[in-house]
Amino acid sequence: MIDETTTRKPTQDLTGLLLAGASSAFVIIAVGMVFLYAPRELTMGNVQRIFYFHVASAWVGFFGFFITFLSGIVYLMTGRRSWDIVGLSSVEVGLTFIVMTVVTGALWAKPAWGTYWTWEPRLTVSSVQLLIYVAYGMLRASIESPEREARFAAVYGIVAFVTVPLSWFAIRWWRTIHPDILTGGEGMAVTPRMIQTLIVSIVAFTTLYATLLRQRIRLERARDALTRLKLRLERGPLSGGSFT
Amino acid sequence: MSFLRKVRAIIGKDITAELHTKEMVSAMLVFSALAMLIFSFALDLRGAMAEAAAPGVLWSTIAFAGTLGLSRSMAREEQSGCIDGLLLAPTDRTAIFIGKATGNLVFMTVVEIALLPLFSVLFDVALIRPRILVVLLLGTVGYAAVGTLLAAIAVNTRAREVMLPVLLLPLAIPVLIGAVQATVGLLDGADWGQLGGWIQLLVVYDLVILAVSLLTFEYVVES
Repeated sequence: MIDETTTRKPTQDLTGLLLAGASSAFVIIAVGMVFLYAPRELTMGNVQRIFYFHVASAWVGFFGFFITFLSGIVYLMTGRRSWDIVGLSSVEVGLTFIVMTVVTGALWAKPAWGTYWTWEPRLTVSSVQLLIYVAYGMLRASIESPEREARFAAVYGIVAFVTVPLSWFAIRWWRTIHPDILTGGEGMAVTPRMIQTLIVSIVAFTTLYATLLRQRIRLERARDALTRLKLRLERGPLSGGSFT
Repeated sequence: MSFLRKVRAIIGKDITAELHTKEMVSAMLVFSALAMLIFSFALDLRGAMAEAAAPGVLWSTIAFAGTLGLSRSMAREEQSGCIDGLLLAPTDRTAIFIGKATGNLVFMTVVEIALLPLFSVLFDVALIRPRILVVLLLGTVGYAAVGTLLAAIAVNTRAREVMLPVLLLPLAIPVLIGAVQATVGLLDGADWGQLGGWIQLLVVYDLVILAVSLLTFEYVVES
């Protein structure tokens, strides 16, 4: 049973094309708004413009995790490979965004607070998420049986996801109990234009996530199809017993 | 057999095996002593510095020593084929999980009880107080529960023992922060009310992890 979406050529994948088009358009608009529309922040200056992509990628990093959590639950209930594919694709795409979050966070912290790393609560949670994503990948790579790999990954995705909010609370309380001078003066003068730019950035990154997720899912399905074809080829006419 | 008797039988089996070999508890104890030594060299812990660092060092030691015990406990099941026997037996999967997790909790608690006087002497802090014991227990319950689940996963991977810390430690961060902060507070003379948030965090973590582990364990041991 070869999936319909796999056999279609990339140019025939209408949803994929639409998503790619939409995300390109949104990303271009977002970049334009970040540099031309959003006002220059008073205290931090132009450096603050990294904020729009930083927050948007953090959101997608978390959202990707949520999708993995959901597909893990559905996979355990149905046992269908397609949900496993969604989970693993979402982790890989999410990992890209969470790396971007941590890197842009550090780049922003340097000029704003004078140091690359301040253990700022949200940034710390993002780096914990980054480690969980990496652990998820290592787990998958370390299991031979595909069925077991899918099952374990689903369980890990679920357990890991439920600890993230608790980590968030823990790190936040910990940091508020020991007030940090560096992060204390974070007050940013937020204007409506900034909010609008942020929303457009978030929409842009979310559609970009959807585009990448779809392509990653297609790639995995194509791999599955290839494995099946190879198996059929190996079994071939000689071992298949079709001599006559 | 009733559910509780099955759980008790599994805990009993683990304790008997441990009493014969003593490999888990002794390995965790020796490792903890070494970790303590290394921490005090690395951080140059003396006087006020030692007191301030004690809760953090205690919990890091417990976390690292815990991964040793947890992976050993599951590896023993696999090597002896005992887990297959348990799965074939007419037992609920949740009974196996609760049994294993409680066994691990017992072994970790034994190690902690041995560690506390040692810590109190070497770091010159009064750790043996009822409230600190409560925090210790709350933290260990959550850690042992999530650790048992993940050890069952890790034992079936190619990397085995290496895999468990990688999977477990990022998920144990709420426990570590909560337990360390609650212990710091108690050492500073804070009363129960001032620690409410941290205790709640530990309790919520324990409950959430127990619920998720009970729901997912059957998918981990399914063969």
